Formats: sequence, C-alpha cells, structure tokens
Amino acid sequence: MTAYVVRRLLLMVPVAFLVTIGVFMLIHLTPGDPALIMLGEDRTPQAIAEIHQQLGLDKPLYVQYGIWLGRLAQGDLGRSITTHEQVTGAIFDRLPATLELGIVSLLWSLIVAIPLGTIAAVRRGSLVDQVATGITVAGVSIPNFFIGIVLIFLLSVSLRLFPFGGYVPFTQDPIESLRHVLLPAIALGTAGTAINMRFTRSSMIEVLNHDYIRTARAKGASWRRVVFVHALKNALIPVVTIIGLQIGGIIEGAVVTETVFTWPGVGRLAVESIFNRDYTVVQGIVLLAAFSYMVANLLVDLVYGWLDPRISYS
Amino acid sequence: MSQAGTIVAAGEPVRRTPVALLGLLRTNRRVAVGVGLVAILFLIALLSPVISPHDPLATSPDDSYLPPLSPGHLLGTDELGRDLFSRVLWGARVSLPVAFVAVGVGLFAGGIIGLASGYAGGLVDLLLMRLIDALLAFPGLILAIAIVAALGPGLRNAMIAIGIVAVPVYARLVRAVVLQLKQMEFIAATRSLGASPWRLIVRHLIPNLMNPILVQVSLSAGFAILAEATLSFLGLGAQLPTPDWGQMINSGSTFLNNDAWLAIVPGAAISVTVYSFNLLGDSLRDALDPRLRS
Repeated sequence: MTAYVVRRLLLMVPVAFLVTIGVFMLIHLTPGDPALIMLGEDRTPQAIAEIHQQLGLDKPLYVQYGIWLGRLAQGDLGRSITTHEQVTGAIFDRLPATLELGIVSLLWSLIVAIPLGTIAAVRRGSLVDQVATGITVAGVSIPNFFIGIVLIFLLSVSLRLFPFGGYVPFTQDPIESLRHVLLPAIALGTAGTAINMRFTRSSMIEVLNHDYIRTARAKGASWRRVVFVHALKNALIPVVTIIGLQIGGIIEGAVVTETVFTWPGVGRLAVESIFNRDYTVVQGIVLLAAFSYMVANLLVDLVYGWLDPRISYS
Repeated sequence: MSQAGTIVAAGEPVRRTPVALLGLLRTNRRVAVGVGLVAILFLIALLSPVISPHDPLATSPDDSYLPPLSPGHLLGTDELGRDLFSRVLWGARVSLPVAFVAVGVGLFAGGIIGLASGYAGGLVDLLLMRLIDALLAFPGLILAIAIVAALGPGLRNAMIAIGIVAVPVYARLVRAVVLQLKQMEFIAATRSLGASPWRLIVRHLIPNLMNPILVQVSLSAGFAILAEATLSFLGLGAQLPTPDWGQMINSGSTFLNNDAWLAIVPGAAISVTVYSFNLLGDSLRDALDPRLRS
C-alpha cells in the first residue's frame, strides 16, 4: 500500500508540472500583447509598463515561468490586475461560500440518489425503476443553469418560498443560510444526483446477485435487512469513487450555478475575472480547480482500496 | 460537467459492417428512438431556413413579449419582438455544427495521440499519456472556460475549447482499444505476413475502433452541446444577435417575473437535444458492448 501511495505521488509530479505549464501559458494564449488585452480601453503606456513589470512579460518565456513557479511554491499567485489584492486572498475569501454550496449539493444528491437508486435496483423493471432511470438520463441532459432558472421561477418568483440569490454564512444564521443555499444546491447537485443514482442502481443489482445475499436470505434475514445492512454497504463502494470526483469538481459546477444565483463564491469570481480580463485571478482559480481534481482522484483511488480489500495495489 | 463518467468501455472488438449497424435500427427499439430523435434534430437544423415562419433576427418592437400561442407566433416573441419559435429552430443550426466541429477536433487529435501511444508503446506512450493526464487533471468546463477566456469569446473559440476538452477522452479510448487489439492473434498474423505499420493501422486497427468511437461520438456530442450552451449562457460563446440557445436563456432569464417562457423554451430545446444524443450513446453502448447486452 505504501509503495502504491509513493508511486502515485511520484506519477503526480510530472502531471502537476504539466498542469502548471498549462495554467501559466493561459496568459500567453491571448492573441497579441496580454497587457493590452487586460487593460482594454484604459491603456496608458505607464499601465502597460506596470503589467509588463508585474508579470515579467519583458523576460524570456522560460524565465517568466521560473519566476511564476517560484512564487507559486510560496503560495503567491500574484495580484489581481483590477482590484490589486492578492489572488490567494481573493480566492480564499470566496472559498467558504463555494464549499458550503458544494457540501449542501452533495448531501442533497446523496439523500435523493441512494434511496431511489436502491429501490430502483430492488424493484427492477417496476414503475419506480423506470422513473429513476428517466431521472438519470434527464439529470445529465438538462443544463444546471436551466434547472436553476426553473427553480427560481417556480419557487422564488411564483411561490415565493425561497429567496432569489444572495448568501448568508452558516455561522451567521443557519436557518437563513439553508434557505438561501437550497435552490443553488439543488441546481448544482442534479447531475450528480443522476450519476449517483445510476451507479447505486447498477452496483446494487450486481451485489444482490452475489451468493452471500442468497445465504443471508436462506438464513432467514428479512429482505429489508438484506438490502440495507448486507447489500447497500458493499454496493456503495463504487459510488464513493464518483462522490470523490464530484467533490473535486465542485468549483467546475459552481462557475455557472453561482452566476445564476449571484452566489459570492469562487465560480462567480472566475466569471467576473474573465470579463474583467483579470488573468492572474483566472490562472489562480483554474490552478485550484485542477489541483483539487487531481487530489480528489488520488484520494478516491486510495479510499477505494481501503474500502474494498479485494483490490490489489501490487 | 466532466466527461470522465462518459468514457465508454473499450469492449471486445467486433467489427460490424454498416449493414449490421443498420440492422440494429430494426432490432433495438432504444437505438431506433435515439437515431430517430437525432435525425429529427438534424432535419430541423438543415431545414430551419425553410420551415422558420419568421426571420430569427427580424425585430418588431410593436410585437414584443407576445405570449406563446399568439396569432402568427407559436412560442411568442422576445423583448425585441423576434419570433421565439424561429429563433429556437435556428438555434439548432448553431448548436449542432458547433458540437460536431468540437467532437471532430477531439476525435482527430485524440485519435492520433491514442493510436500513436497505443501502437508505439514505450517512451512515446509514457510521454503522451502524461500529457493526456495533465489535460484530464482539468475539470472539462473549467478547461473550456479557461481556453475561451484566453482566446476571447466567440463561437469559433468555443468550438476549439470544447474540442480540446474532448481530446483526452478519445486518446484514452483509442489507446485502450489499440492495446487490446495488439494482443490479438489476427494482428500478430497480419504483422508476420509482412504488413507495414501503415497498413496495419489503416486496414486492421482503425476499422475495429469504429464501435467504441461511434458510442463515444454520440455521448461527446451531448456534452459538447451542453458545454457550448453553458459558454454562451456565460457570454463566452455565441454573441448577440446570433440565435443561440444558451445565449437566449441568458437574456430570457432577466424577464422571469412576467415572461418566463423566454428562458424556458430554449432551455427545453437544449435539454431535448442533449437527451437525444445521450439516449443514442447509451443505447448504442448497450447494444454494441457484449458485456452489457444481457
């Protein structure tokens, strides 16, 4: 196991290195002088020179990358071109809102997906199964921003049950916080719900065909006990993989959902920064998204082996 | 919106002739429905200049905000009095080509990388796969947004960005199938008969890649349409006044209080389109993968 962890970490090094090159090159993909693009109409020679100096654009590319990587190693992602605040600070200020949204959406997805997926597997071919299957295909087909808009229309604008947009920190007022987070969380979690339901269903169907389930039934265990005590525990192992990847991909989904619900998180910061041509902030967020995805992948692999002893790391 | 979950299993390579694939339409109801829905969408995209009752760009301020089922405007009109039904029909003409160019970019670049990696093996495989791992390290939508942010908003750049996101999916898929095929006796036999690498790839490897690629193309097209709509919704894809579904939802969302249909109609169009491609991909995978057939 230790050898496997070390090997995986070593394999991550070149990938992480390539990721940093990709993120660094983001600024240099812009056609023409990045400084001119970032400044837009407000380009004075002084402002251009300032950005050239701040980003080291007057130096050769490899030198620029070396300087950028050196700063990155110290946790310094540079300063925002528009607000002049530290990029790291700007991201970490917005991160709690994104994490709150991501956690609630994940919880919502699990609360819906696991029971429905289990029932669909147990009653294969029934109406519940057909409805669940329909939800899984529709869930991955409907854009989350559209789900958000429909939820706003139905539950905020028409029925006035939930506030439209805005954020209240959980520490400030838990009830209000939940009222504000619920709609964006449902919108963000719909695709995840569909995928988790599908995995729970197929994994449960497979587990229910195993001999030990038949043995448990033969020994007189009730069907409910067999499903929820014996089968579900093992059926959820593959679901853990997907959940891990969904945690790693929280920022990705948040980009659109936070824009729809004016949620002050990292995703909305990304969109605002793109329109402000604030590439240093965009770089920081893309880097954070990529690294959280990579770490989530690694953790999923490790947890998977821990949960399922049959998996060999040799 | 990661694509990771949609990568299809390599499966046992069974080459099917076009006639056999057509036979699936008769024997498999889900495949037939999927093909039928996608065919209808293509017909709409192709015929929208003929079947649209109005010019999708023509404004008529006197007719603005007409509700659905108004005389002469089946789905109503938007804030500038443009016919929503015509704009939705023309939207297919924007979304489908974007999706197919993007999938084409991904398939071409990813296919070449996957073939080279799987066929050559060794150091070439190691280096190319690290590159692919690096691309896979970025969540799909974040990578697309980052690329469009750098290249500038617009449909052409959106196509390139979505295509780049699809590259690792095809590279991994093609490599996996090529590695599997390389172990098979017919490849060893062909090689021992003196077939050149070019002949081996073109005559024996590529035809056996068609089944998994066909499935992946259907699933990727659904993803590409969703990604294009998302980019356009954020203002990074199609620009005004192009009748694009994502962009229409964006402008329609500001009128939710009184005219919610302006956002709901194009949203339904995207959902039905993506659903059709996902249904086709899913049903093809079930029909073509022997392990899933039971």
